[in-house]
Amino acid sequence: MVSDYRYDDRTVLGFILSAIAWGVVGLLVGMLLATQMFLPAANFAPYFTFGRLRPVHTNGLAFGMGVGAIFGLSYFIVMRLCKRPLLFPRLARVQLWLFNVGIAAAAVTLAMGYTQSLEYAELEWPLDIAIVVLWVMFAVNVFGTILKRREEQMYVSLWFIVATVLAVAVLYLVNNLSIPAGPLKSYHLFAGANSANVEWWYGHNAVGFVFTTPILAMFYYFLPKSTGLPIYSHRLSIVAFWSLVFGYLWTGSHHLIYTPLPTWLQTLGIVFTIFLIAPSWGSVVNGYYTVGQDWERMRTNYLTKFFVLGITFYGLQTVQGPTQALRAVSQLIHYTDWVPGHVHMGTMGWVTMTVAASVYYVVPKIYGTSIFSEKVANVHFWLVLVGQLIFSVTMWITGIQQGAMWKAMEGGKLKYSFVEGLARNYPYYHLRALGGLIFIAGMLLFVYNVMKTIEKGRALQAEGSSAKPLAAVQA
Amino acid sequence: MAGEIYKKPVMFSVVALLVILAGTVATMFYPMLRQDMSGPKLEALRAYTPLELAGRDIYQREGCMGCHTQTVRPLASEVARYGEFSKVGEFAYDRPHLWGSKRTGPDLAREGGVRPDDWHQRHFANPQALVPKSNMPSYAFLEHARLDPGTAKAHYRALASVYRPGEFAAKEEDFAALQDKTEMDALVAYMQWLGHAIPRECAVGDLLATNPLAGKKQAILRGVTVYRNNCAQCHGDEGEGLPGAVPSLLDDEFLGEKGDVTDGTYFGLITCGSAAKKQLGRKGDPEGGMTAFGGQLPDDDIWSVISFIRAQQKHEVIEHP
Repeated sequence: MVSDYRYDDRTVLGFILSAIAWGVVGLLVGMLLATQMFLPAANFAPYFTFGRLRPVHTNGLAFGMGVGAIFGLSYFIVMRLCKRPLLFPRLARVQLWLFNVGIAAAAVTLAMGYTQSLEYAELEWPLDIAIVVLWVMFAVNVFGTILKRREEQMYVSLWFIVATVLAVAVLYLVNNLSIPAGPLKSYHLFAGANSANVEWWYGHNAVGFVFTTPILAMFYYFLPKSTGLPIYSHRLSIVAFWSLVFGYLWTGSHHLIYTPLPTWLQTLGIVFTIFLIAPSWGSVVNGYYTVGQDWERMRTNYLTKFFVLGITFYGLQTVQGPTQALRAVSQLIHYTDWVPGHVHMGTMGWVTMTVAASVYYVVPKIYGTSIFSEKVANVHFWLVLVGQLIFSVTMWITGIQQGAMWKAMEGGKLKYSFVEGLARNYPYYHLRALGGLIFIAGMLLFVYNVMKTIEKGRALQAEGSSAKPLAAVQA
Repeated sequence: MAGEIYKKPVMFSVVALLVILAGTVATMFYPMLRQDMSGPKLEALRAYTPLELAGRDIYQREGCMGCHTQTVRPLASEVARYGEFSKVGEFAYDRPHLWGSKRTGPDLAREGGVRPDDWHQRHFANPQALVPKSNMPSYAFLEHARLDPGTAKAHYRALASVYRPGEFAAKEEDFAALQDKTEMDALVAYMQWLGHAIPRECAVGDLLATNPLAGKKQAILRGVTVYRNNCAQCHGDEGEGLPGAVPSLLDDEFLGEKGDVTDGTYFGLITCGSAAKKQLGRKGDPEGGMTAFGGQLPDDDIWSVISFIRAQQKHEVIEHP
C-alpha cells in the first residue's frame, strides 16, 4: 500500500520541456512556410520546400508540442486526482525517450518526403507502429493509475483524459491501415471516397481528441487550481462531456462538402456539426461562470486571463467551425486561406493559451517556487494575442476575397483567372507573416520565463540540500 | 444511481467507448458497405502505368496536395474553370485519395490533356517563367533524378495486389523501360492521367462569327495583357511561335494550311484548344498542344486577343513586306 509518496514530476517536466523544444522547431518551420507563401525563392529543394515542410510544421506542433504537453500535463493531473504516483514510473520514463526519438524521426522522414499524404496522419507505417506503442504506454499508465487511485470519485478532467486515450486509439488504428510497399512507403487500405471519409473522420477527431478533450481536461483542472474558484456547475460539465464525445465522431464529412462523397453523408456531418455548438459552449459557459464568481481575478491573478481568453477562442472557434460547415458558407470559403485562419485561432488562441497557462502553473509548483516574472508572462500574453489576431483576421479577409473571385461570373464566363486571385493574397500573406513573427516573439518570452523559473527552482533545491544543520549554523 | 459511473473507471471506459463508436460506425464503417461510396466505376477509368504511378508517388512525396486539390465541386464557377465536376466513380485507384483541402494553386482533377507535356516540364522547372505571379516552388531537380525501376516495380506490385489480376497490366519490360526516364517524366505523365475518365467536351461555336471588337484600340490593348498572361508562354512574346513545336500566329499558314481563317475559327480554337482541331477538320494532335481557354477567359478577352493577333499580323506584314 502506498502511504508516503512522491509524484513523478521529473517525467512531467521532461515532457513539458520536450514539448517546448518541439514547439519552437514547429513555430520556426511555420515562419518559413509563411514566408514561402509570398517568396517562392525561400523554398530550398528538395528538403525544404513548402510541400515537404507543411507536414513537419503540423506534426511538430500537433504531436511534438501538443501531444508532448498532453502526456506531461495529463500525468500531472492524473497523479493529483488519484492521489498517488504513476503506477509505472519507469515505463513513463521510457515513454518520454521514445516520444522524443519518434518526433525527431518524424521530422526527418517528412522532410525526406516519406509521407502517407493523409492530413495529420502523414507518418509512414514504421513510425505509425512506434506511435501505437507510445500510446499503449500512455494508456497503461493512465488506466493503471486510475484503477489504483486513492480518491473514490473521478473528477471531470479524468473523464476527458480517458476519452482522449480511447478515441485517439480507435482513430489512429483505423486511419493508418495501409498496404506496405517498401520500408517507408505504403498505400491506403481504402480507396477514393472511402479513403477521404476515413481520413476526415480521423482528421476532424484529431482536432476533437488532441486539440479539444485533453485541453479541456487541463482547463477544468488548472482553472480552479490557479484561481482558487470552484467549477461553476458539475451538472453542466457532465452534460457537456457526454454530448461532446458523442457528437464529435459524426462530423468528419463536413470537410468533404461538395466532393463526390454521397450527399446524405455530407448532410449528416453538417447536422452534427451544428449540434456540437451546444456541448462546446457548455464548457465555455462553465468557464465564464467559474471566473464570474470573481472577475477581479482577471486583474489580480496573471493566469486567469490566459484561461479566459483561451476559452473565449474555443467558444469562437466552435461557432465559426459549424458556420463553415453550412453549404452556403462552405462554397465560398472552402479551399481558401480562410481555413488556415480558422485553424490558427484554435491552435494559437485556445490550445497554446491554455497549455502555456497550465505550464506556468505546473513548473513553479514542481519546484515549490513562484514564476520567474509575471511581467514577462503579461508581455507574452499580449504578444501571442495580437499575433494570433493579425494572423486569423488577415486570412479571413483574403479568404473571402479569394472565394468571391473564384466564384465571380459574368454572362456565363469567369471574371478572374486563378492567378489574378492568388496575386491579391500577397499583401495579406505579408501581414500574416508579421502576425506569426509577433506570436513567436511572445512564445520565446514564454520559453525564457519557464527556463528562468526552472533555474530559480534548481538554485532553491541546491540551497536546500546543501544547508548546514541548525547546530552548525548556531555554533 | 447514474453518479456511480464516475466511481467505476472500467464501466466508465466501456460506456465512453460505446458512445465514441456510435458515430464511428454510422459515418465511417457503415458507408463502406454502401455502393454510393465507390461506384459505379467509370468505364473509361484505367489503372496507372508504372510511369504514371511513379509520378503519383512523386506527387505524394513532394506534398503537392498541400496546395492543390483534386476534386471539382458541382458549382457553375468550378465547372467553368476546371471542367466537369468530380464523380465518385473516378477514384477506384486512388489510395489514398488526393482530394486535398487547400487551393493555393488551382485544382488539378481535370489537368490531364489540357496542356502539352512541354508546358508542364518548363513549368515544373521554373513556374515563374510561365506564370510570373505564381508562388509555386521550382522542381527543376526532378529533371536530373532518374527513376529506379526496382522501387517503381515494388510500389506497383503492392498497389496491384488489392485489385483483380489484370487490372494492373504492366509487364517486366515496362519496368525496364523506366530506366531512361526521369522523375520529371513520371510527374508529367501523372498530370496527363488526371481526369482521363471523363471526356472533355467543348463546342467550337459559330465559325463564321465576326469579331465584335475588331480594330478597337481598347480591345487591342486589353488583348496585349491577356496575350501576355496566357499565350506568350508558348507562342512567344510577339506571336512568332517556336519552330517545329508551336505554330507562329504571324505567318500566312494556319494549322498546316495556307490562307487566312475567320474570326470565328480563331474563337473556337482558343475556346476549345486542341480538341477543336478535329471539329475544324485541321491537322494536329488533338491530345496535346493548345490549351482550351473557354472556361478560363471571358468572351470579351478572347475577342480582344483576336484583335491583338490581327493587329500583330498587319504589323508584321508592314515590317517585313
